[in-house]
Amino acid sequence: MDARIDDVVAARLAAEPDERARSRRQLLAWRLASIALFCAAWEFAGRIPINLAFPTFLETVEAFGEMLADGTMLRAYFITLQPLVIGVVLSGIIGVSAGVAMGLRKSVEWVGAPVFIVLQAAPVAALIPMVTFIYGIGMTAKVISVCLLALPVIVLNSYKAVANVNPSLLAMCRCFLGNRLQQIVKIILPDASPVIFAGLRLGISAGFIGIILAELLITPTGIGDLITYHRAVANYAHMYASIASIIVFSALTLTLLQWVEVTLFRPEKQR
Amino acid sequence: MVAVSRKISAGPVFPGAEMASPESIITVKGINKVYPGQVHALKDVDLDFPAGALTTLLGPSGCGKTTLLKIIAGLLAPTTGEVLVKGRAVTGPGPERAFVFQDFALMPWATVLRNVAFGLELRNVAPKERQDIARHYIGEVGLAGFEEKYPHELSGGMRQRVGLARALAVNADVLLLDEPFSAVDEQTRRKFQEDLLRLRETERKTFLFVTHSIEEAVYLSDRIVLLSRRPGRISQIIEPKIDRSGSPDEIRRDQAYLDIVEEIWQGLRQFVD
Ligand SMILES: Nc1ncnc2c1ncn2[C@@H]1O[C@H](COP(=O)(O)OP(=O)(O)OP(=O)(O)O)[C@@H](O)[C@H]1O
Ligand SMILES: [Mg+2]
Repeated sequence: MDARIDDVVAARLAAEPDERARSRRQLLAWRLASIALFCAAWEFAGRIPINLAFPTFLETVEAFGEMLADGTMLRAYFITLQPLVIGVVLSGIIGVSAGVAMGLRKSVEWVGAPVFIVLQAAPVAALIPMVTFIYGIGMTAKVISVCLLALPVIVLNSYKAVANVNPSLLAMCRCFLGNRLQQIVKIILPDASPVIFAGLRLGISAGFIGIILAELLITPTGIGDLITYHRAVANYAHMYASIASIIVFSALTLTLLQWVEVTLFRPEKQR
Repeated sequence: MVAVSRKISAGPVFPGAEMASPESIITVKGINKVYPGQVHALKDVDLDFPAGALTTLLGPSGCGKTTLLKIIAGLLAPTTGEVLVKGRAVTGPGPERAFVFQDFALMPWATVLRNVAFGLELRNVAPKERQDIARHYIGEVGLAGFEEKYPHELSGGMRQRVGLARALAVNADVLLLDEPFSAVDEQTRRKFQEDLLRLRETERKTFLFVTHSIEEAVYLSDRIVLLSRRPGRISQIIEPKIDRSGSPDEIRRDQAYLDIVEEIWQGLRQFVD
């Protein structure tokens, strides 16, 4: 490389962090603007009003503050989160292991794949009443509901991710004398991790659906209880505050997961 | 300025009989490769690769060049025949051979430094040591300053340099390169060719090189193996003894150089029609 090109490259290298920070700030600004626009539209729609049962944004925020202050919100989350966290963690561990095993071994694939393909295609929500029938209305039933919804997508994504690992990277690893364990740890898992994590994100949002369905269909508890109760007494602002809170909570959880993925497994995506 | 002495045989050549020398590092004996579906990719290939030389495999598309290279690398088993590296039969990849992939095969999640050091990482070389070695070869291929970059931040030519540095870092005796320059532009390609000639002087390795470009083959090689259309068999072996003391442009304009290019083209034409 001649000196002139070196200079250009050096200048570009020096300029890059600045540029990256600027584009990140811009992205953040756009996101905030879009959220603000959404809130304004909500407020506007609530004021028309499009429906008597539809509160304005500010009323909803107020109701949220109220429920936060008197502790009902925290108590509800405490109840909802227990089966959700247990179910999601179980699904994550079992799902990723099962999916990866299916991708690595043909025998496991033949046994496992059909079960999860059927489960994913089935309208699992219809199974929840059956779960209640077998496991009653306690914690077990709720955890199972979460797993029923979360597990198939996690398993199938992990399986596909591992089965479709870049073959030329596998050849490269063999060529440079990697053994099977090194191949799995250093090539297959990192290469599969974006799709595995996509499955985890889908699985977690399915887990949220599962827990809310369980709380609405099995016994009204936690957030499900808040929603049903406030609907019953026509406290629409409170009902919407509960619904919005679980949506925001779910979105924040998924963002956190993405952050974990990028920091731990795919540092190049931070660039 | 270009002294040409070459050996061109019209019929099939059996270099094993003719050129067997103690310094041949790779011997290919009676290789046939039939892919599933009765695709006969290689037929009765016998070859010797002299140690320290740069040998090019040249031939029409689909004639089995990549197949032959992968068999030598131990990534693919031949249907019949065997490959000897330093006298020992190949059963899989080995430390004496390193591969440079046509599609680079870099790990997108790893920095240039880790990618280049990866062969050593797999051999459990200590981090400090393997990074020092990797830094040295990153410098050798002209990528100093890019150690902490990720592959997607590099151009195609730079990525291939990473692939080359990775192969150099494991200190194999033989480098197998499958069309390493096919994905880069002409300028980068020429720069790369100069680098390769220089590296061949400094590293004293055996290079086995697949290319589509006749000019490139003549310019770089000590020996050119022409393969026939599928099923690939050896049709000619040419040794363009080029005196590389002149500048690249002088060599490329030299009449003798151009004559060899023309001659190979005539030889390959029969396969195009
Ligand atoms: N895995 C495979 N299964 C079946 N046939 C294959 C396979 N790989 C290659 N072939 C066939 O074998 C022949 C030789 O393939 P190969 O890739 O070695 O050719 P090549 O000389 O490298 O071609 P190119 O110059 O286009 O890279 C081709 O006709 C190809 O279609
Ligand atoms: Mg090829």
